[in-house]
Amino acid sequence: MNKGLAASLGLAVAATAVAGWAAFAPLSVASRDEPFEIPKGTYARRMAGDKVEILPNRIDLTLGLNDQLLLRNLDDVPQQFGPVLVMPGQSFRLPFEKASTYGFDCTAHASGQMTVVVAEAPATPWERIAWRWDRLWRKTRA
Amino acid sequence: MNRVACSLLALALAAAPAFALAADPNPVGLKAGVFDPPQPAADFPAGVHATDHGDLALARWHGKVVLLLFGFTHCPAVCPTTLATLAQARKLLGPDASATQVVYVTVDPERDDLAHVRRYLAAFDPSFVGGTGEPAVLAQLRKRYGATAQKIPAAGGGADYGMSHSTTIWLIDRDGRLRALMPFGHSAEDFAHDVRQLIALK
Repeated sequence: MNKGLAASLGLAVAATAVAGWAAFAPLSVASRDEPFEIPKGTYARRMAGDKVEILPNRIDLTLGLNDQLLLRNLDDVPQQFGPVLVMPGQSFRLPFEKASTYGFDCTAHASGQMTVVVAEAPATPWERIAWRWDRLWRKTRA
Repeated sequence: MNRVACSLLALALAAAPAFALAADPNPVGLKAGVFDPPQPAADFPAGVHATDHGDLALARWHGKVVLLLFGFTHCPAVCPTTLATLAQARKLLGPDASATQVVYVTVDPERDDLAHVRRYLAAFDPSFVGGTGEPAVLAQLRKRYGATAQKIPAAGGGADYGMSHSTTIWLIDRDGRLRALMPFGHSAEDFAHDVRQLIALK
């Protein structure tokens, strides 16, 4: 067996092992929080005419994994988040217990709207792979 | 093949921290959304008249857990559902119900006078206290809590308008601190659970 063939075979075994792990290993997370921060100076920037987008139009959560929305207000003025008025230096943690789509009015958002989509926990091997891949993708983009 | 293998290995490495033990992000253990740190709940402005006597003021219920909500008596679904849920929660609480106070402030003072709100609330639970006042005063109160309300004209221009309003319930602890906010749709069991947790707080 030549070296190239052996290396390819080794990588194939490793890839199969990782794929097997990603598909079948139980999912768990260090924290169930999905955090967002309103930075200091956001209000001033908006008053100056900047269209500041803090929160995405859509936030995706997964039950049992990242199913708690955490909003931190680091600005100097109160900030409205949906029906929640978060004071300067304060955070608000909202847990979700049902898979559904939730709509919020949000003044911290230039569009004034935000949607939270809460999905069931991945149940199949493919869903677990997709969830892990999505987490990896988000980390590389962060 | 090599590219696929490298991607999968990267996936494994990136996801490794996910195996750490989960921390407790909600030490109070509430079903509702929780403020951290809790801050004193906003005072009610003068001129929000109460259905029992005098004006609404949080100080009246110091030592009780206050469940505050905004609505209107012509509300077709949200208000009746929430008030019925809160009435059921008080039944579930048993003796602890005496340490709670439901406060319902109208967003529709045009139609909701004190007598009307009083009759409406009594149908759910006679202990519930309502509030109404001048539109500007009620708007000021809503602003302090981040609540919203908007008139929706009747279809065809009739007199039977509707109101779009905040559907959440503000949970204020026995020391007058705004602790949490319960979104619409939670069960009486969830409310009873959270009220018990708040009563137990030192």
